[in-house]
Amino acid sequence: MSNNGTKTTLLRLEDINTYYGPIHILQGVSLEVFAGELVCLLGGNASGKSTTLKTILGIVKPASGRVVFNGEAIQNQPTGYRVERGMAVVPENRRIFGSMSVLENLEMGAFLRHDRDGIKADFERILGLFPRLKERLHQLGGTLSGGEQQMLAMGRALMSRPKLLLMDEPSMGLAPKLVEQNFELIQQVNQQGTTVFMVEQNANMALSIAHRGYVVQTGRIVLADEAKNLLDNEQLRKAYLGR
Amino acid sequence: MHTQEVGKPMDIFIATLPQQIINGLTLGAVYALIALGYSMVYGVLQLLNFAHGDVYMVGAFIGYGVMMAFIPESGPLFAPVIIIILMLLVAMLGCGVLGIVIEQFAYRPLRNSPRIAPLISALGVSFFIQNAIQLTLTAQFRNYETEKLIAPAAGIDLGFARLSATRALVIVTAIVLMIVLQYLIKRTRLGKAMRAVAIDREAAAMMGVNVDRVIIFTFFIGSALAGAAGVLTGIVFTRVWHFMGFAAGLKGFTAAVLGGIGNIPGAMLGGFILGLAETFAVGFISATYKDVVAFVVLIIVLLLRPRGLLGARIPQKV
Repeated sequence: MSNNGTKTTLLRLEDINTYYGPIHILQGVSLEVFAGELVCLLGGNASGKSTTLKTILGIVKPASGRVVFNGEAIQNQPTGYRVERGMAVVPENRRIFGSMSVLENLEMGAFLRHDRDGIKADFERILGLFPRLKERLHQLGGTLSGGEQQMLAMGRALMSRPKLLLMDEPSMGLAPKLVEQNFELIQQVNQQGTTVFMVEQNANMALSIAHRGYVVQTGRIVLADEAKNLLDNEQLRKAYLGR
Repeated sequence: MHTQEVGKPMDIFIATLPQQIINGLTLGAVYALIALGYSMVYGVLQLLNFAHGDVYMVGAFIGYGVMMAFIPESGPLFAPVIIIILMLLVAMLGCGVLGIVIEQFAYRPLRNSPRIAPLISALGVSFFIQNAIQLTLTAQFRNYETEKLIAPAAGIDLGFARLSATRALVIVTAIVLMIVLQYLIKRTRLGKAMRAVAIDREAAAMMGVNVDRVIIFTFFIGSALAGAAGVLTGIVFTRVWHFMGFAAGLKGFTAAVLGGIGNIPGAMLGGFILGLAETFAVGFISATYKDVVAFVVLIIVLLLRPRGLLGARIPQKV
């Protein structure tokens, strides 16, 4: 485990190169997330931000480079191994299990856990965080509204009691009001001690809650800075809007 | 005069109806067990496993082998119940393993290919198994010696119909297996993982589900049920041969589509409906139309309700 001042590195990508067939998607991506931080990765369509997230999770395997999580190189480990060691994801478009009940969806979040008491405590905590889910425990996930599904996806991810919560496009497909609620929730979860790494297109929204941000463009990290600096960075607007 | 002409076939119909229902449920139990494997595999892989009927045939032969091993000339070595349970268990285990092997060699390498590729591979496996059995065991019919285990006269006279012990065995065994399956899918961790993979494979993987392992289990369970169906067929209809899986596989497929492919209760329902329909056609029209019924049912379902009786609407991928 490397230390940077008083901060502990939870996740580090080192010179990641990823290909889809002949297409070079990630071209030497390196980034770092410290324990307790809320970090966002910004980028437009097809910039490589979702691939970065999938590489962290092990859905996509990099051709070269290292993924170091909690001091351990895990780039060759399957997704399950990474989840077991403390990663959880709220996928793009939420990906709720529509024909399973809300309760079963939450149970799927704790799929790799065996500590019954701990699971029960987290279950109660999450229902406290999302009272709406408590009312709908036995309803099918697919019958929930968009906002409720977002809560369920978040609750499902938290059921694994993650060290690192990965958020893939949390603003995607939600009404503006819900987007705001959702970001407040992410901030709240982070303030309660969960490290968050978020991939997002909505730069203003993401930077308003993040500590730091990276900007990825056609598979390369082009900017990395404190969120407040990025917010008024002229280059960001260029990088971001320049397609 | 007039009433007699109309009344006579009607009387026969009513008199034989209960017996036809019993016969239909027997056949339906077998179809339902086959349909379950079809539906489960389709659920997790969106693959029509056309080798499934041949796994069923192998199950019938394994059951035959076990039966012959335990019934020498001198008579059964154990109590009939034990021999029947052994036949079922060995056939289920054997077929389960066969299912896993088929998945590993014929489907896994094609997991990310266009959907037509594993379909062709499935047909190839089907031919391979049929020919392998024909080559090693010849194309002869074999006969289960069920009468050495269950007296042909054994059964219950219900008054309006007779439920023979063999038919009762088939129906009860199938229902017990379905209840166990339902429990497994609804209540266990593995069952939950299977459902999650069927709904969204990648999202299930993101929760830490080992998708490959779930697929292996699905093939094991589906194939084991087909193996049980093969043994039950042998016990009640006695004749087995290397080509029996072809028609049975198509019937199982039809039953799965009728119930809604990918839907477990649907496969059970579809199996029983198809068994009843076929038996009624034989009993009340003509045995010539036995196989026609299944395909007429299939065509009607595909025309009028392609998602089947209990099937969900085809999910829209966003």
